Amino acid sequence: MSNTQQLENLASQIRRDIVRMVHSASSGHPGGSLGCADFFSALYGSVMRFDASNFDMDAKGEDVFFLSNGHISPVWYSTLARHGYFPVSELGTFRQIDTRLQGHPTTAEHLPGIRMASGSLGQGLSVAIGAALAKRINGDDGIVYTLHGDGELQEGQIWEAAMSAPHHKIDNLIATVDYNNRQIDGDVSDVLSLGDLNAKWVAFGWIVLESEGNNMQSVVDTFAKAKSLLGQGKPVVVLMKTEMGAGVDFMMGTHKWHGVAPNDEQLARALEQLEETVGDY
Amino acid sequence: MNLQDFNPTEEKDTRSGFGAGLAELGKRDDRVVALCADLIGSLKMNAFADTYPDRFFQAGVAEANMIGMAAGLTIGGKIPYTGTFANFSTGRVYDQIRQSVAYSKKNVKICASHAGLTLGEDGATHQILEDIGLMRMLPNMCVINPCDYYQTYNATLAINEWDGPVYLRFGRPKWPMFTTKDQPFVIGKAWKINDGQDVTIIATGHMVWYAILAAKELENQGVTCDILNMHTIKPIDRDAILDSVSKTKCVVTAEEHNIHGGLGDAVAQVLSQNFPAPQEYIAVNDSFGESGKPKDLLKKYGLDVSDIVRASKKVLERK
Repeated sequence: MSNTQQLENLASQIRRDIVRMVHSASSGHPGGSLGCADFFSALYGSVMRFDASNFDMDAKGEDVFFLSNGHISPVWYSTLARHGYFPVSELGTFRQIDTRLQGHPTTAEHLPGIRMASGSLGQGLSVAIGAALAKRINGDDGIVYTLHGDGELQEGQIWEAAMSAPHHKIDNLIATVDYNNRQIDGDVSDVLSLGDLNAKWVAFGWIVLESEGNNMQSVVDTFAKAKSLLGQGKPVVVLMKTEMGAGVDFMMGTHKWHGVAPNDEQLARALEQLEETVGDY
Repeated sequence: MNLQDFNPTEEKDTRSGFGAGLAELGKRDDRVVALCADLIGSLKMNAFADTYPDRFFQAGVAEANMIGMAAGLTIGGKIPYTGTFANFSTGRVYDQIRQSVAYSKKNVKICASHAGLTLGEDGATHQILEDIGLMRMLPNMCVINPCDYYQTYNATLAINEWDGPVYLRFGRPKWPMFTTKDQPFVIGKAWKINDGQDVTIIATGHMVWYAILAAKELENQGVTCDILNMHTIKPIDRDAILDSVSKTKCVVTAEEHNIHGGLGDAVAQVLSQNFPAPQEYIAVNDSFGESGKPKDLLKKYGLDVSDIVRASKKVLERK
Protein backbone atom coordinates (compact mmCIF):
# COMPACT_ATOMS: atom_id res chain seq x y z
CA MET A 1 0.00 0.00 0.00
CA SER A 2 1.38 3.44 -0.90
CA ASN A 3 1.98 6.02 1.76
CA THR A 4 -0.74 8.20 0.26
CA GLN A 5 -3.20 5.30 0.40
CA GLN A 6 -2.33 4.72 4.08
CA LEU A 7 -2.94 8.38 4.85
CA GLU A 8 -6.27 8.27 3.04
CA ASN A 9 -7.26 5.17 4.99
CA LEU A 10 -6.47 6.89 8.27
CA ALA A 11 -8.40 9.97 7.14
CA SER A 12 -11.45 7.79 6.55
CA GLN A 13 -11.16 6.33 10.05
CA ILE A 14 -10.71 9.81 11.52
CA ARG A 15 -13.90 10.90 9.75
CA ARG A 16 -15.78 7.94 11.26
CA ASP A 17 -14.42 8.92 14.67
CA ILE A 18 -15.54 12.52 14.19
CA VAL A 19 -19.15 11.77 13.36
CA ARG A 20 -19.40 9.11 16.08
CA MET A 21 -17.89 11.42 18.72
CA VAL A 22 -20.14 14.35 17.84
CA HIS A 23 -23.19 12.10 17.63
CA SER A 24 -22.39 10.53 20.98
CA ALA A 25 -21.96 13.92 22.66
CA SER A 26 -24.99 15.35 20.84
CA SER A 27 -22.84 18.42 20.32
CA GLY A 28 -19.63 19.52 18.67
CA HIS A 29 -18.37 20.71 15.32
CA PRO A 30 -18.38 18.05 12.57
CA GLY A 31 -18.20 20.29 9.45
CA GLY A 32 -14.73 21.80 9.80
CA SER A 33 -13.44 18.62 11.42
CA LEU A 34 -14.41 16.52 8.40
CA GLY A 35 -13.00 19.11 6.01
CA CYS A 36 -9.60 18.95 7.75
CA ALA A 37 -9.37 15.17 8.21
CA ASP A 38 -6.99 14.76 5.26
CA PHE A 39 -4.74 17.54 6.55
CA PHE A 40 -4.56 15.99 10.03
CA SER A 41 -3.90 12.53 8.65
CA ALA A 42 -1.03 13.88 6.55
CA LEU A 43 0.32 16.19 9.26
CA TYR A 44 0.69 13.50 11.90
CA GLY A 45 1.16 10.63 9.44
CA SER A 46 3.93 12.03 7.30
CA VAL A 47 4.75 15.71 7.86
CA MET A 48 5.55 16.16 11.56
CA ARG A 49 8.26 14.71 13.76
CA PHE A 50 7.02 13.84 17.24
CA ASP A 51 7.16 11.30 20.04
CA ALA A 52 3.64 10.35 21.12
CA SER A 53 4.84 7.80 23.66
CA ASN A 54 6.65 10.40 25.73
CA PHE A 55 4.70 13.64 25.63
CA ASP A 56 6.92 16.61 26.42
CA MET A 57 5.26 19.99 26.94
CA ASP A 58 8.47 21.73 25.89
CA ALA A 59 8.65 19.63 22.68
CA LYS A 60 12.45 19.60 22.69
CA GLY A 61 13.65 18.34 19.31
CA GLU A 62 10.08 17.79 18.17
CA ASP A 63 7.72 19.59 15.84
CA VAL A 64 4.77 21.33 17.48
CA PHE A 65 1.21 21.81 16.30
CA PHE A 66 -1.29 24.40 17.59
CA LEU A 67 -4.97 24.20 16.68
CA SER A 68 -6.02 27.83 16.73
CA ASN A 69 -9.61 27.13 15.65
CA GLY A 70 -10.15 24.91 18.67
CA HIS A 71 -13.77 24.07 17.87
CA ILE A 72 -12.66 21.41 15.39
CA SER A 73 -11.26 19.46 18.32
CA PRO A 74 -12.84 16.13 17.21
CA VAL A 75 -10.47 15.79 14.25
CA TRP A 76 -7.47 16.59 16.45
CA TYR A 77 -8.49 14.27 19.27
CA SER A 78 -9.07 11.41 16.83
CA THR A 79 -5.70 12.02 15.16
CA LEU A 80 -3.86 12.18 18.48
CA ALA A 81 -5.48 8.98 19.69
CA ARG A 82 -4.84 7.19 16.40
CA HIS A 83 -1.16 8.09 16.74
CA GLY A 84 -0.90 6.79 20.28
CA TYR A 85 -1.04 9.92 22.42
CA PHE A 86 -3.88 8.37 24.45
CA PRO A 87 -6.17 5.33 24.11
CA VAL A 88 -8.67 5.49 21.26
CA SER A 89 -11.35 4.27 23.69
CA GLU A 90 -11.16 7.69 25.32
CA LEU A 91 -12.67 9.25 22.18
CA GLY A 92 -16.03 8.03 23.50
CA THR A 93 -15.77 10.47 26.41
CA PHE A 94 -15.68 13.57 24.17
CA ARG A 95 -17.60 16.47 25.78
CA GLN A 96 -18.83 14.26 28.66
CA ILE A 97 -18.39 15.30 32.28
CA ASP A 98 -14.95 14.51 33.76
CA THR A 99 -13.42 14.01 30.31
CA ARG A 100 -9.95 15.06 29.22
CA LEU A 101 -11.49 15.65 25.79
CA GLN A 102 -13.12 18.99 26.54
CA GLY A 103 -15.34 20.66 23.95
CA HIS A 104 -12.40 22.87 23.08
CA PRO A 105 -8.80 21.71 23.62
CA THR A 106 -7.18 22.50 26.94
CA THR A 107 -4.02 21.86 28.89
CA ALA A 108 -6.05 21.88 32.11
CA GLU A 109 -6.88 18.17 31.82
CA HIS A 110 -3.30 17.20 30.89
CA LEU A 111 -4.30 15.43 27.70
CA PRO A 112 -1.09 14.37 25.94
CA GLY A 113 -0.61 16.18 22.66
CA ILE A 114 -2.19 19.48 23.74
CA ARG A 115 0.12 22.37 24.63
CA MET A 116 -2.29 25.32 24.68
CA ALA A 117 -5.96 25.95 25.24
CA SER A 118 -7.82 27.24 22.20
CA GLY A 119 -11.39 28.05 21.35
CA SER A 120 -11.52 31.80 21.69
CA LEU A 121 -10.35 32.50 18.15
CA GLY A 122 -7.33 34.35 16.83
CA GLN A 123 -4.74 33.49 19.47
CA GLY A 124 -2.89 30.51 18.03
CA LEU A 125 -0.64 32.32 15.58
CA SER A 126 0.80 34.54 18.31
CA VAL A 127 1.40 31.48 20.47
CA ALA A 128 3.10 29.72 17.56
CA ILE A 129 5.43 32.68 17.01
CA GLY A 130 6.42 32.50 20.68
CA ALA A 131 7.08 28.76 20.44
CA ALA A 132 9.08 29.33 17.24
CA LEU A 133 11.20 31.98 18.99
CA ALA A 134 11.82 29.59 21.89
CA LYS A 135 13.04 26.98 19.43
CA ARG A 136 15.33 29.55 17.82
CA ILE A 137 16.83 30.51 21.19
CA ASN A 138 17.24 26.86 22.13
CA GLY A 139 18.91 25.93 18.83
CA ASP A 140 16.08 23.44 18.30
CA ASP A 141 15.41 22.60 14.65
CA GLY A 142 11.79 21.55 15.28
CA ILE A 143 9.10 23.16 13.15
CA VAL A 144 5.98 24.89 14.50
CA TYR A 145 2.67 24.27 12.71
CA THR A 146 -0.71 25.92 13.17
CA LEU A 147 -4.17 25.60 11.73
CA HIS A 148 -6.67 28.46 11.50
CA GLY A 149 -10.19 28.73 10.20
CA ASP A 150 -10.74 31.26 7.44
CA GLY A 151 -13.51 32.85 9.49
CA GLU A 152 -10.98 33.14 12.30
CA LEU A 153 -8.92 35.48 10.13
CA GLN A 154 -11.53 38.14 10.90
CA GLU A 155 -9.93 38.44 14.36
CA GLY A 156 -7.58 41.42 14.59
CA GLN A 157 -4.97 39.54 16.61
CA ILE A 158 -4.28 37.31 13.59
CA TRP A 159 -3.04 40.33 11.69
CA GLU A 160 -0.95 41.55 14.61
CA ALA A 161 0.70 38.15 14.51
CA ALA A 162 0.91 38.14 10.72
CA MET A 163 2.83 41.43 10.92
CA SER A 164 5.01 40.19 13.74
CA ALA A 165 6.31 36.88 12.34
CA PRO A 166 8.15 38.27 9.30
CA HIS A 167 9.44 41.18 11.41
CA HIS A 168 11.09 38.70 13.75
CA LYS A 169 12.28 36.66 10.76
CA ILE A 170 10.42 33.59 11.94
CA ASP A 171 11.33 30.87 9.46
CA ASN A 172 10.50 27.72 11.39
CA LEU A 173 6.75 28.20 11.22
CA ILE A 174 4.14 26.86 8.77
CA ALA A 175 0.66 28.26 9.31
CA THR A 176 -2.29 26.74 7.50
CA VAL A 177 -5.65 28.33 6.75
CA ASP A 178 -8.65 26.04 6.37
CA TYR A 179 -9.97 27.96 3.39
CA ASN A 180 -13.49 26.57 3.06
CA ASN A 181 -15.32 29.91 2.85
CA ARG A 182 -17.74 28.79 5.56
CA GLN A 183 -18.41 30.10 9.05
CA ILE A 184 -21.31 29.78 11.49
CA ASP A 185 -23.54 32.44 9.99
CA GLY A 186 -22.87 31.59 6.34
CA ASP A 187 -20.24 32.03 3.67
CA VAL A 188 -17.17 33.94 4.80
CA SER A 189 -17.47 36.12 1.71
CA ASP A 190 -20.95 37.17 2.88
CA VAL A 191 -20.28 37.48 6.61
CA LEU A 192 -17.06 39.51 6.37
CA SER A 193 -15.10 39.11 3.17
CA LEU A 194 -11.40 38.31 3.39
CA GLY A 195 -10.71 39.95 0.03
CA ASP A 196 -7.60 38.80 -1.81
CA LEU A 197 -6.25 36.56 0.92
CA ASN A 198 -3.17 35.41 -0.98
CA ALA A 199 -2.16 39.02 -1.67
CA LYS A 200 -2.75 39.98 1.97
CA TRP A 201 -0.34 37.37 3.31
CA VAL A 202 2.22 38.26 0.63
CA ALA A 203 1.89 41.93 1.59
CA PHE A 204 2.53 41.01 5.23
CA GLY A 205 5.78 39.31 4.20
CA TRP A 206 4.86 35.63 4.17
CA ILE A 207 5.67 32.91 1.65
CA VAL A 208 2.24 31.77 0.46
CA LEU A 209 1.39 28.32 -0.89
CA GLU A 210 -1.96 27.00 -2.01
CA SER A 211 -3.18 23.46 -1.56
CA GLU A 212 -6.21 21.28 -2.28
CA GLY A 213 -6.95 20.17 1.25
CA ASN A 214 -9.15 17.23 0.35
CA ASN A 215 -6.65 15.78 -2.09
CA MET A 216 -4.09 13.78 -0.11
CA GLN A 217 -1.37 13.99 -2.72
CA SER A 218 -1.79 17.77 -2.92
CA VAL A 219 -1.56 18.07 0.87
CA VAL A 220 1.54 15.89 1.09
CA ASP A 221 3.25 17.69 -1.80
CA THR A 222 2.38 21.14 -0.45
CA PHE A 223 3.84 20.47 2.97
CA ALA A 224 6.98 18.94 1.51
CA LYS A 225 7.40 22.14 -0.45
CA ALA A 226 6.54 24.31 2.57
CA LYS A 227 9.26 22.60 4.62
CA SER A 228 11.77 23.16 1.84
CA LEU A 229 11.08 26.90 2.00
CA LEU A 230 11.85 27.24 5.72
CA GLY A 231 15.10 28.65 7.05
CA GLN A 232 15.10 31.61 4.69
CA GLY A 233 14.03 34.36 7.07
CA LYS A 234 10.31 34.15 6.29
CA PRO A 235 7.32 32.24 7.63
CA VAL A 236 5.17 30.11 5.34
CA VAL A 237 1.38 30.06 5.13
CA VAL A 238 -0.62 27.43 3.27
CA LEU A 239 -4.04 28.47 1.98
CA MET A 240 -5.69 25.07 1.99
CA LYS A 241 -8.95 24.85 0.07
CA THR A 242 -11.28 22.38 1.72
CA GLU A 243 -14.94 21.45 1.64
CA MET A 244 -16.69 21.77 5.00
CA GLY A 245 -18.20 18.38 5.78
CA ALA A 246 -15.96 16.59 3.26
CA GLY A 247 -16.70 12.87 3.05
CA VAL A 248 -20.35 13.05 4.12
CA ASP A 249 -22.55 14.14 1.22
CA PHE A 250 -25.35 15.78 3.17
CA MET A 251 -22.91 17.81 5.26
CA MET A 252 -21.20 19.31 2.20
CA GLY A 253 -22.11 22.42 0.26
CA THR A 254 -23.47 24.28 3.27
CA HIS A 255 -22.34 26.02 6.46
CA LYS A 256 -25.14 24.37 8.42
CA TRP A 257 -23.02 21.52 9.78
CA HIS A 258 -20.48 23.87 11.36
CA GLY A 259 -21.64 23.06 14.86
CA VAL A 260 -24.54 20.62 14.72
CA ALA A 261 -24.53 16.96 15.77
CA PRO A 262 -26.07 14.28 13.55
CA ASN A 263 -29.04 12.31 14.88
CA ASP A 264 -29.12 8.48 14.82
CA GLU A 265 -30.37 8.26 11.27
CA GLN A 266 -27.92 10.85 9.99
CA LEU A 267 -25.07 9.06 11.77
CA ALA A 268 -25.97 5.82 10.00
CA ARG A 269 -26.07 7.59 6.64
CA ALA A 270 -22.71 9.23 7.33
CA LEU A 271 -21.03 5.99 8.39
CA GLU A 272 -22.26 4.24 5.24
CA GLN A 273 -20.12 6.69 3.28
CA LEU A 274 -16.97 6.35 5.42
CA GLU A 275 -14.98 3.16 5.26
CA GLU A 276 -13.90 1.62 8.56
CA THR A 277 -10.21 1.12 7.81
CA VAL A 278 -8.29 0.86 11.06
CA GLY A 279 -11.20 -0.12 13.29
CA ASP A 280 -13.75 1.91 15.24
CA TYR A 281 -13.02 2.84 18.83
CA MET B 1 11.51 49.32 63.59
CA ASN B 2 9.72 52.19 65.28
CA LEU B 3 7.12 53.90 63.15
CA GLN B 4 8.61 57.33 63.81
CA ASP B 5 11.92 56.04 62.38
CA PHE B 6 10.47 55.75 58.88
CA ASN B 7 11.99 58.88 57.39
CA PRO B 8 13.14 58.00 53.90
CA THR B 9 15.21 60.64 52.18
CA GLU B 10 15.37 59.12 48.73
CA GLU B 11 12.62 58.68 46.16
CA LYS B 12 12.56 56.44 43.10
CA ASP B 13 9.85 55.12 40.83
CA THR B 14 8.70 51.53 41.27
CA ARG B 15 9.01 50.93 37.52
CA SER B 16 12.74 51.53 37.85
CA GLY B 17 12.80 48.84 40.51
CA PHE B 18 11.23 46.52 37.96
CA GLY B 19 13.77 47.49 35.30
CA ALA B 20 16.68 46.88 37.67
CA GLY B 21 15.20 43.57 38.78
CA LEU B 22 14.71 42.44 35.20
CA ALA B 23 18.30 43.31 34.31
CA GLU B 24 19.52 41.35 37.33
CA LEU B 25 17.38 38.38 36.29
CA GLY B 26 18.85 38.51 32.81
CA LYS B 27 22.22 37.90 34.39
CA ARG B 28 21.03 35.20 36.80
CA ASP B 29 18.71 33.10 34.64
CA ASP B 30 19.05 32.59 30.91
CA ARG B 31 15.52 31.20 30.74
CA VAL B 32 14.22 34.73 31.29
CA VAL B 33 13.07 36.51 28.14
CA ALA B 34 11.30 39.86 27.90
CA LEU B 35 8.77 41.42 25.55
CA CYS B 36 7.61 45.01 25.39
CA ALA B 37 4.84 46.76 23.46
CA ASP B 38 6.64 49.94 22.39
CA LEU B 39 7.25 51.25 25.92
CA ILE B 40 10.82 50.18 26.66
CA GLY B 41 11.76 53.54 28.16
CA SER B 42 8.59 53.88 30.22
CA LEU B 43 8.96 50.36 31.61
CA LYS B 44 12.70 50.85 32.21
CA MET B 45 13.46 47.72 30.20
CA ASN B 46 16.43 49.31 28.38
CA ALA B 47 19.10 47.55 30.40
CA PHE B 48 17.69 44.10 29.70
CA ALA B 49 16.96 44.89 26.04
CA ASP B 50 20.46 46.27 25.44
CA THR B 51 22.34 43.56 27.32
CA TYR B 52 20.35 40.54 26.13
CA PRO B 53 19.12 41.39 22.62
CA ASP B 54 18.65 37.71 21.74
CA ARG B 55 16.23 37.34 24.65
CA PHE B 56 14.33 40.57 24.15
CA PHE B 57 11.44 41.00 21.71
CA GLN B 58 9.94 44.32 20.68
CA ALA B 59 6.27 43.50 20.10
CA GLY B 60 5.17 46.89 18.82
CA VAL B 61 1.78 48.35 19.65
CA ALA B 62 0.22 44.90 19.42
CA GLU B 63 -0.42 43.81 22.98
CA ALA B 64 -2.67 40.85 22.18
CA ASN B 65 0.04 39.35 20.02
CA MET B 66 2.60 40.04 22.73
CA ILE B 67 0.65 38.05 25.33
CA GLY B 68 0.24 35.17 22.88
CA MET B 69 3.93 35.21 22.02
CA ALA B 70 4.79 35.14 25.70
CA ALA B 71 2.53 32.14 26.25
CA GLY B 72 4.18 30.37 23.31
CA LEU B 73 7.67 31.12 24.59
CA THR B 74 6.98 29.09 27.73
CA ILE B 75 6.80 26.03 25.46
CA GLY B 76 10.51 25.44 25.27
CA GLY B 77 11.12 26.43 28.89
CA LYS B 78 11.38 30.21 28.70
CA ILE B 79 10.15 32.51 31.46
CA PRO B 80 8.67 35.51 29.63
CA TYR B 81 8.21 38.92 31.25
CA THR B 82 5.86 41.19 29.30
CA GLY B 83 5.93 44.94 29.78
CA THR B 84 3.41 47.65 29.02
CA PHE B 85 1.09 50.02 30.89
CA ALA B 86 -1.34 48.38 33.32
CA ASN B 87 -4.34 49.26 31.18
CA PHE B 88 -2.86 47.56 28.12
CA SER B 89 -1.56 44.68 30.25
CA THR B 90 -5.02 43.70 31.47
CA GLY B 91 -8.22 45.16 30.05
CA ARG B 92 -6.96 45.30 26.49
CA VAL B 93 -5.76 41.69 26.52
CA TYR B 94 -8.08 40.06 29.03
CA ASP B 95 -9.18 37.22 26.79
CA GLN B 96 -5.63 36.49 25.64
CA ILE B 97 -4.51 36.28 29.26
CA ARG B 98 -7.56 34.25 30.21
CA GLN B 99 -7.17 31.54 27.57
CA SER B 100 -3.48 31.46 26.60
CA VAL B 101 -1.96 32.27 30.01
CA ALA B 102 -4.27 31.62 32.97
CA TYR B 103 -6.38 28.71 31.72
CA SER B 104 -3.38 27.20 29.93
CA LYS B 105 -1.37 27.75 33.14
CA LYS B 106 1.65 29.19 31.37
CA ASN B 107 4.58 30.63 33.26
CA VAL B 108 4.15 34.19 31.99
CA LYS B 109 4.92 37.25 34.13
CA ILE B 110 2.69 40.15 33.12
CA CYS B 111 4.47 43.28 34.33
CA ALA B 112 2.40 46.43 34.33
CA SER B 113 3.50 49.98 34.95
CA HIS B 114 1.59 53.26 35.25
CA ALA B 115 -1.19 51.65 37.27
CA GLY B 116 -3.72 53.77 39.10
CA LEU B 117 -4.27 57.50 39.60
CA THR B 118 -0.57 58.25 40.10
CA LEU B 119 -0.06 57.86 36.37
CA GLY B 120 -1.12 61.50 36.55
CA GLU B 121 -1.47 63.82 33.61
CA ASP B 122 -2.35 61.27 30.89
CA GLY B 123 -5.78 60.93 32.45
CA ALA B 124 -8.46 58.29 32.76
CA THR B 125 -7.85 56.39 29.50
CA HIS B 126 -4.53 55.24 30.93
CA GLN B 127 -5.25 55.26 34.68
CA ILE B 128 -6.65 51.79 35.07
CA LEU B 129 -8.34 51.29 38.44
CA GLU B 130 -9.86 47.91 37.64
CA ASP B 131 -6.80 45.79 36.92
CA ILE B 132 -6.38 44.15 40.32
CA GLY B 133 -9.98 43.01 40.18
CA LEU B 134 -9.66 41.74 36.61
CA MET B 135 -6.55 39.73 37.40
CA ARG B 136 -7.75 38.51 40.81
CA MET B 137 -10.75 36.90 39.17
CA LEU B 138 -8.65 34.70 36.93
CA PRO B 139 -7.97 31.22 38.31
CA ASN B 140 -4.24 30.36 38.49
CA MET B 141 -3.26 34.05 38.53
CA CYS B 142 -1.01 35.48 41.25
CA VAL B 143 -1.44 39.24 41.80
CA ILE B 144 1.30 41.43 43.28
CA ASN B 145 1.42 45.20 43.87
CA PRO B 146 4.69 46.24 45.56
CA CYS B 147 5.04 49.47 47.50
CA ASP B 148 8.38 51.03 46.60
CA TYR B 149 11.49 50.73 44.48
CA TYR B 150 13.26 47.91 46.31
CA GLN B 151 10.11 45.94 46.96
CA THR B 152 9.38 46.06 43.23
CA TYR B 153 12.96 45.01 42.53
CA ASN B 154 12.65 42.09 44.94
CA ALA B 155 9.20 41.13 43.67
CA THR B 156 10.56 41.02 40.12
CA LEU B 157 13.16 38.51 41.29
CA ALA B 158 10.71 36.54 43.43
CA ILE B 159 8.15 35.93 40.70
CA ASN B 160 10.84 34.21 38.66
CA GLU B 161 10.74 31.41 41.25
CA TRP B 162 6.92 31.20 41.18
CA ASP B 163 5.79 28.48 38.77
CA GLY B 164 2.75 29.98 37.07
CA PRO B 165 1.16 33.17 35.78
CA VAL B 166 1.79 36.38 37.71
CA TYR B 167 0.42 39.91 37.40
CA LEU B 168 3.00 42.37 38.76
CA ARG B 169 1.61 45.89 39.14
CA PHE B 170 3.69 49.00 39.70
CA GLY B 171 3.65 52.69 38.90
CA ARG B 172 5.07 55.79 37.37
CA PRO B 173 5.85 58.42 40.05
CA LYS B 174 8.91 58.77 42.21
CA TRP B 175 7.89 57.51 45.62
CA PRO B 176 9.65 57.33 49.02
CA MET B 177 11.99 54.35 49.42
CA PHE B 178 11.40 52.67 52.75
CA THR B 179 12.21 49.02 52.08
CA THR B 180 15.74 47.74 51.60
CA LYS B 181 17.42 45.70 48.92
CA ASP B 182 18.08 42.85 51.34
CA GLN B 183 14.53 42.68 52.66
CA PRO B 184 13.14 39.26 51.77
CA PHE B 185 10.11 39.22 49.48
CA VAL B 186 7.92 36.20 50.08
CA ILE B 187 4.97 35.85 47.71
CA GLY B 188 1.75 35.53 49.69
CA LYS B 189 3.31 36.66 52.97
CA ALA B 190 2.40 40.16 54.14
CA TRP B 191 5.05 42.45 55.63
CA LYS B 192 4.02 43.56 59.10
CA ILE B 193 5.33 47.11 59.26
CA ASN B 194 4.06 48.13 62.68
CA ASP B 195 2.45 46.64 65.77
CA GLY B 196 -0.47 48.48 67.27
CA GLN B 197 -3.62 47.77 69.26
CA ASP B 198 -6.46 49.88 67.95
CA VAL B 199 -6.80 49.63 64.17
CA THR B 200 -5.42 47.40 61.42
CA ILE B 201 -4.44 49.23 58.25
CA ILE B 202 -3.90 46.94 55.27
CA ALA B 203 -2.40 48.69 52.26
CA THR B 204 -0.90 47.82 48.93
CA GLY B 205 1.26 49.63 46.37
CA HIS B 206 1.91 53.34 46.77
CA MET B 207 -0.74 53.52 49.51
CA VAL B 208 1.55 51.68 51.93
CA TRP B 209 3.61 54.84 52.37
CA TYR B 210 0.46 56.85 53.03
CA ALA B 211 -0.61 54.21 55.55
CA ILE B 212 2.69 54.71 57.39
CA LEU B 213 2.21 58.48 57.40
CA ALA B 214 -1.36 58.09 58.62
CA ALA B 215 -0.32 55.69 61.37
CA LYS B 216 2.34 58.16 62.53
CA GLU B 217 -0.27 60.86 62.81
CA LEU B 218 -2.69 58.54 64.59
CA GLU B 219 0.07 57.52 67.00
CA ASN B 220 0.54 61.17 67.89
CA GLN B 221 -3.17 61.28 68.66
CA GLY B 222 -2.95 58.18 70.84
CA VAL B 223 -4.26 55.62 68.35
CA THR B 224 -1.92 52.75 67.58
CA CYS B 225 -2.10 50.78 64.33
CA ASP B 226 -1.09 47.44 62.96
CA ILE B 227 0.13 48.05 59.43
CA LEU B 228 0.22 45.23 56.93
CA ASN B 229 1.89 45.71 53.58
CA MET B 230 -0.26 43.36 51.51
CA HIS B 231 1.99 43.28 48.46
CA THR B 232 0.45 39.98 47.34
CA ILE B 233 -3.26 40.37 46.78
CA LYS B 234 -3.67 36.83 45.49
CA PRO B 235 -2.99 34.47 47.13
CA ILE B 236 -3.80 36.75 50.04
CA ASP B 237 -2.17 36.27 53.44
CA ARG B 238 -5.23 35.08 55.32
CA ASP B 239 -3.32 34.34 58.52
CA ALA B 240 -1.80 37.82 58.71
CA ILE B 241 -5.23 39.43 58.27
CA LEU B 242 -6.90 37.24 60.89
CA ASP B 243 -4.04 37.53 63.39
CA SER B 244 -4.18 41.28 63.23
CA VAL B 245 -7.93 41.91 63.03
CA SER B 246 -8.70 39.40 65.78
CA LYS B 247 -6.61 41.72 67.96
CA THR B 248 -7.72 45.16 66.75
CA LYS B 249 -11.30 44.17 65.80
CA CYS B 250 -11.42 46.64 62.89
CA VAL B 251 -9.68 47.34 59.62
CA VAL B 252 -8.99 50.01 57.03
CA THR B 253 -7.87 48.89 53.59
CA ALA B 254 -6.03 51.25 51.24
CA GLU B 255 -5.39 50.79 47.54
CA GLU B 256 -4.95 52.83 44.41
CA HIS B 257 -7.83 51.04 42.72
CA ASN B 258 -11.56 51.08 42.32
CA ILE B 259 -13.48 50.17 45.47
CA HIS B 260 -14.82 47.16 43.58
CA GLY B 261 -12.77 44.03 43.18
CA GLY B 262 -9.44 45.02 44.68
CA LEU B 263 -7.57 44.62 47.96
CA GLY B 264 -10.50 45.80 50.07
CA ASP B 265 -12.77 43.14 48.68
CA ALA B 266 -10.08 40.48 49.05
CA VAL B 267 -9.71 41.39 52.75
CA ALA B 268 -13.49 41.58 53.23
CA GLN B 269 -13.82 38.10 51.77
CA VAL B 270 -11.41 36.68 54.33
CA LEU B 271 -13.00 38.54 57.24
CA SER B 272 -16.64 37.92 56.37
CA GLN B 273 -16.02 34.20 56.30
CA ASN B 274 -13.81 33.98 59.36
CA PHE B 275 -13.96 37.01 61.61
CA PRO B 276 -16.55 39.63 60.62
CA ALA B 277 -15.29 43.08 61.59
CA PRO B 278 -15.99 46.71 60.67
CA GLN B 279 -14.04 47.76 57.59
CA GLU B 280 -13.50 51.08 55.86
CA TYR B 281 -12.29 51.25 52.27
CA ILE B 282 -9.75 53.76 51.03
CA ALA B 283 -10.22 53.35 47.28
CA VAL B 284 -11.61 55.21 44.30
CA ASN B 285 -15.35 55.32 44.69
CA ASP B 286 -16.44 53.60 41.47
CA SER B 287 -15.33 56.28 39.07
CA PHE B 288 -12.71 56.88 36.42
CA GLY B 289 -9.80 59.19 37.12
CA GLU B 290 -8.70 62.35 35.32
CA SER B 291 -5.62 64.41 34.46
CA GLY B 292 -3.61 66.03 37.22
CA LYS B 293 -0.56 65.73 39.44
CA PRO B 294 -0.38 62.33 41.16
CA LYS B 295 -0.67 63.61 44.74
CA ASP B 296 -3.42 66.06 43.81
CA LEU B 297 -5.36 63.19 42.28
CA LEU B 298 -4.91 60.99 45.34
CA LYS B 299 -6.29 63.84 47.43
CA LYS B 300 -9.22 64.58 45.12
CA TYR B 301 -10.26 60.91 44.96
CA GLY B 302 -10.15 60.33 48.71
CA LEU B 303 -6.82 58.49 48.89
CA ASP B 304 -4.85 61.05 50.91
CA VAL B 305 -3.12 60.47 54.23
CA SER B 306 -5.85 62.48 55.94
CA ASP B 307 -8.46 60.16 54.43
CA ILE B 308 -6.77 57.15 56.01
CA VAL B 309 -6.64 58.97 59.36
CA ARG B 310 -10.32 59.84 59.12
CA ALA B 311 -11.31 56.31 58.05
CA SER B 312 -9.31 54.85 60.95
CA LYS B 313 -11.12 57.00 63.48
CA LYS B 314 -14.45 56.16 61.92
CA VAL B 315 -13.81 52.43 61.96
CA LEU B 316 -12.68 52.69 65.60
CA GLU B 317 -16.09 54.10 66.47
CA ARG B 318 -17.83 51.25 64.69
CA LYS B 319 -16.16 48.56 66.84
